[in-house]
This record gives sequence, C-alpha cells and structure tokens, in this order.
Amino acid sequence: MGGRLSRRELFRLAALGATGAAAGGVSGAGLMAGARAARASAGGSGGGMLAAAGSTGLPQAPEAHGAHEGLGTVGEVELRHAGVDPMRYLTAFDWGRVSRLPSGQTLREYQLVATDREIEVAPGVRFAAWTYNAQVPGPTLRAREGDRVRVRFVNAGTHPHNIHFHGFHDAAMDGIEPIARGRTFVYEFDAAPFGLHLYHCHVQPLKRHIHKGLYGVFIVDPPQGRPPARELVMMMNAFDTDFDGENEIYAVNTVPFYYLRHPIRIRQHELVRIYLVNITEFDPINSLHLHANFFHVYPTGTSLTPSEYTDTVMLCQAQRAILEFRYRRPGRFMFHAHQSEFTELGWTGFFEVIPDGAV
Amino acid sequence: MGPSERRRVVLYGLAPLALLAAVVVLFLRYGPLGVFEAAFPPVERLTVERVVLRDGEVVVHVTNGGPEPVTVAQVLVDDAYWRHTITPDRTIPRLGRAVITIPYPWVEGEPVALKLLTSTGLVITHDVPVAVASPAPDARYLATFTLLGLYVGVIPVFVGLLWFPFLRRLGRRWTHFFLSLTGGLLVFLGVDTLEEALELRAGVPEALQGTALVAVGVLGTLLGLTLVVRRTARAAGGGAAGRLVLAYLIALGIGLHNLGEGLAIGAAYAVGEIALGTFLVLGFMLHNTTEGLGIVAPVARDRPGLAHFLWMGLLAGAPTILGAWLGGFVYSPVAATVFLAIGAGAIFQVVYELGRLMAQQAGDELMTATNVAGFVVGLAIMYLTGLFVA
Repeated sequence: MGGRLSRRELFRLAALGATGAAAGGVSGAGLMAGARAARASAGGSGGGMLAAAGSTGLPQAPEAHGAHEGLGTVGEVELRHAGVDPMRYLTAFDWGRVSRLPSGQTLREYQLVATDREIEVAPGVRFAAWTYNAQVPGPTLRAREGDRVRVRFVNAGTHPHNIHFHGFHDAAMDGIEPIARGRTFVYEFDAAPFGLHLYHCHVQPLKRHIHKGLYGVFIVDPPQGRPPARELVMMMNAFDTDFDGENEIYAVNTVPFYYLRHPIRIRQHELVRIYLVNITEFDPINSLHLHANFFHVYPTGTSLTPSEYTDTVMLCQAQRAILEFRYRRPGRFMFHAHQSEFTELGWTGFFEVIPDGAV
Repeated sequence: MGPSERRRVVLYGLAPLALLAAVVVLFLRYGPLGVFEAAFPPVERLTVERVVLRDGEVVVHVTNGGPEPVTVAQVLVDDAYWRHTITPDRTIPRLGRAVITIPYPWVEGEPVALKLLTSTGLVITHDVPVAVASPAPDARYLATFTLLGLYVGVIPVFVGLLWFPFLRRLGRRWTHFFLSLTGGLLVFLGVDTLEEALELRAGVPEALQGTALVAVGVLGTLLGLTLVVRRTARAAGGGAAGRLVLAYLIALGIGLHNLGEGLAIGAAYAVGEIALGTFLVLGFMLHNTTEGLGIVAPVARDRPGLAHFLWMGLLAGAPTILGAWLGGFVYSPVAATVFLAIGAGAIFQVVYELGRLMAQQAGDELMTATNVAGFVVGLAIMYLTGLFVA
C-alpha cells in the first residue's frame, strides 16, 4: 500500500466517473419493479412445458431461466425483419425442381438470387446484410449423390457476387469468377461426394462477402439415404455489427438466444440428426456441446460410420459434421457453444424433449 | 435619433437575419443535392457519465452528445448480453440522458466492461477499472468525506494561516518577497487546475464542447471577478480594507481550486483508490498548507480581526468538503470540468490583483531580485510539495 497514486491519476479516475448513487437512487425503485416484472413474464413463458416435465414425476429441473436470469438480449427479433425464421430454417430443405435428364439422371434445378437487405440481427439491432434469396443463411439446398444440380444464380445485389460450392465440379463451375450485378450465371455439376457441404460467395474481399450473409448449407444424401430421423440444420454464424473485426453476436441460425426462448421440441427416444456447419467469421473455431447426452459424430458426413461418441464437437470455419443422438429422458436440455464467450453472446438454446405418449 | 432613423436602424439590423432565414430554408430544401442524404450510418456519440455499482446491480448514466438520436438496442456486460431496463426510453435524443439498470453480479475488485450496442450495430464501450460498491449518501460516508475534506483542505489552510504572526514581523521587502511567493504558489495552482480541467473535458459529451467549456469558465470567471473586484475595491477604498478584500479573493480562488481537488478525491475514493493509504492525504496536507500562507500575505502589515481569519480559512478550505461530497455522490464530468475551469479563472484573476497591489505599493518596479526570487520560491515550494502527491 504505497499510496503511489498520482494526482493526475486521481483526476483520471474521477473522469471515469464510476461513482455516486444519489441520482440513481431516485429512479431505482421504479426500475427494479420493472426488472422484476420482466423476469416474472420470462419465467411464465416456459411454464407450460415445465408443468409437463414436472408431471412425469422426474426430479424437477431448476426453472429454465433460473440459472440464466440476467443473461440474454432484451426484447424479440421480429421475424419478418429477421434474416431467417430460425424455427422454420431448422427443417426447411430445398430439393429443387425435379425432372429427369434423357440419360435417366435426376436433374434438380434451384434458383438463388443475391440481394441487399437490412436484417435485424438482435432485438433492435439492424445489419446491412447481403443475402441469397433474402435470407441469412441462404436456403438449404439438398440433393442425392449423383443427381445433376443446376443452380441459376441471379445477382440482384449492388456488388459483384457468386457461389462457390464445396464438392466435385469442373473448374468453370468453381464459382470464383465474380458475377457482375444484374447478371445471371448457371452453375451445373453432379452432386458428389455425399455429405454435408457448404456454399458461399467467393468474391473478394472474402471476409466481408461471407460475413455479410452470403452462405448456406448444401446437403448431398448418400444414394441409399440415411436412417429416418428428425433432421435439423444448424449453421453456427456470427455478426460483427460495427465492422471492427470482432463479433458482437454469435448464434446458430442467425438469431441470438432464439432457441433459448423458443426451445426446439424433439421426442423422447427419437433419433435426432443435426447438420452442423460452422461459418463463423473472425473466429476460426466454434463448437457445440450437448447437455445430458452424447452424440455420434460423422465428420463432413462423408462416411456412414461415426468417428466419435462425444458430447462436444469443435469445428474450424467451413468445417461441418453430422451429429446423431437420442434423448432417453424428457425435459429441457441445453445446447451451446462451449466457448463461454460465444454462449453469452447468443449461441445457446434448449431442446424440449417431449415424453413418449405425450402429443 | 428620430423615430424614422430608429426604424431604419432596426430594419438594417433585421434584414441580414431575414436573408439568413431564407438561405436556411433554401439549403434545407434544395441545398444538400443528395450528397448528405446518402445512406451513411448516422453519427452516434453516447457518453457514459457515471456508473453506479450497487449490490448485484450496475446503473449506467448516459448522455447523447452526438448530432442525432441514439437508440440503445442491447447491453453487454463483460462480453455477455444482459437483461436491463432503460429509463426514460431506449431512444435518447440529442443532449438527452438515460439511465440503464442492469442486474449483474459484478465481482468486487475486478473490472467491469460495459458495451452498449446501438440500433445501427455501433458499440459504445465503457470500462470500470475496479468494481467497488458506490457509496450511498448515508451518515457513514458523509462523515468519511467530511473528514477527508477536513484533513486535506481545511486543516492545512488553517495551519498556513498561523504564519500570520511571522509575516507581521517582517519588513516591507520581506513582505513583498512573500507576496511574490504567493503569486508563485497561485500561478502553479492555476496551471495545475487548468490542466485538470482540460484533462476532464475528455469525459464531457461531445456536443457540450469540453474545451470551449473550459475557455468560457476560465475567461468568464476571470473577467467577471475583475468587475466585481473593481466595484468592491472602489467601495472599500485603498489601504487596509482593499488588502483585506484581496486576501478574501485569494481565499476564494484557493477555495474553488480546493473544490476541484475535493471532487477528484471524492470520486477516487468512491472507486476505492483513496483507500490506497494515508500517504496521499498526508501529501495533500503538506501541499495545501502553503495555501494558508498565500492568503495572509497581503494583510501581513494590517490587523484584521480573528473572525476574518476564520472566514477566510473556511472560504479556502471548506469547499474541499463540499467537493468531496459531490465527487463521491453525484459526480459528473461536465460539472467537474466547469468547477475546475472556474477555479483556474479565479486563481488567475487573483494573481492579477496581487500584481496590481504590489505595483501600487512598490511604485512601478515589480521585477526586483526579491520579488523574482519570491515568485520562483513559490513555484518551487508547490512543485516540491507536489511531488508528495504525484
């Protein structure tokens, strides 16, 4: 305790102004009442499901929001302003317009239109996004291995854009040539190999074109298909709202904390298959951790044999994995990035496991 | 001036105004030509003026010093989104204020990083370096701040006043030496206060123009006090009464300086920094004792009543207590900057009066070896005692 604090520092500290209470005290009572009311209503929203869980006679889980009372954004993203409806996006697969080529090969035709669109990335926070089909992430394109894929790309944005597909294709279809605004280009190739892939804009500067929203999931099913399951697409993405190279928002499927407020319903014992893709810009690695369960991991989905049985998977940017699991017990179970920072910036949610027999 | 002439003067005075109004209308309607109306992100400047830490709660006071309204969409504490309430509204108009209340389990002694995410995605950051519960204005803290003010401001000034009998026994040459010394002390304090004012202006919301605020405070006080002194001195006449007025003025100037010092001490105490030990308080005591000497120097050859000493001592010392209260409980960078600027202006005005008094007494030669030496010694004393608090 040398007291080696200079007068200058004293004034600097004063300037920081981390002081005082008189003025705050005046409005304090009203504010606290408001906060309490907000908390009460937040707890109430999950009340119905909790009651259901309680009726199973299982040990009562702590109140869903109890451990995370203060955490989270205030308000709701209006879905019509959001980049995507997160609940619908989970299970929305675009199989394309299907026809048959003279050779007998299945042809799947898709259309992707690049547009500029302001989206709401957190309640009250606007973001000037670049989108495929007016959504972030773009639609999940799905084909079967060996199908002919024909993607008509229309650039209706204000900048040159294109689409680079992960997978096998000719050099001319590699999607690194910028397509000028107002122009159209048709990408055509055979869907292969089977697995969980990605498509994204590949125009320079790459960071900006990807981060602003030009990406989507591309699933190629194995010819024999996969066992029936409840299939969910989860795109780990993030937004740097002030363009300083650091993300203010982390999420799966764009809206932070969305599945925390709106848990994803699955059934007890049901096979759940997650198509997990990491497109997080500015952070090389993202992860998913599942509570109270373990899952089988199929890296890139290119093998039908799982490589690992774990509860946490880590993916580099553009890396992806198919996860399969079943919940043996009903209740509300969390999933989130195991980077605590990402969790607290929005990448977190719940599975609501509905007991067998319940509707 | 005839009525028609007067009308003409009014007309000539108003005509440019009317023209200006027409130009403004033209500019608003046709002027920007689309250039300024582009989709540039709006300029958002939000200043965090004060952060109050209570048990499990962070209360943030913000002011919008930018040109346009700012909407605080979300709040992050330590890189996590956090529930909060904002009063009166999320959207803060230009020069408007808002209070953000966040129930957050902050940890004592650790930093708290605040981020306000605006509707345009801009991030306004503010860091609390050391989290300590903000003092509530209860009896215990009031007593603490009063004691601090007493130790740092009041007691040293009164101790300094005890030099009066010593000064009385000196001849005119030595009296002038000590008057010059007072000048040195005051110039040092003035520069110091000015620098502190300029330093604090960084925390002033941009639209309030911190630097200009300092200039207005310093010059306004300097000129205003000069006028007051003219009137008072004229009423008091020359001689002993005039010198007593000067002594009171010095006390006032020092008092305003000490108010600023008190503000800083109170604010720093509230973030737990004064708790660093008694060394700083001791340093301030030593440093401020010289201020008492400065007050009594002009009246050294007179015989003011004891009550005058009491009042002058209080005028110079008591503002430290007031400053400590304000700093501890209702700190605002704007108020602190204004107080310090006023203090600096007052001190410089007193230096000016001191010079006038000496010039009157000594004929017109001020730059004698004695006076120069006194002034330099005054500066040196302040500098050296200042080392104890630097």
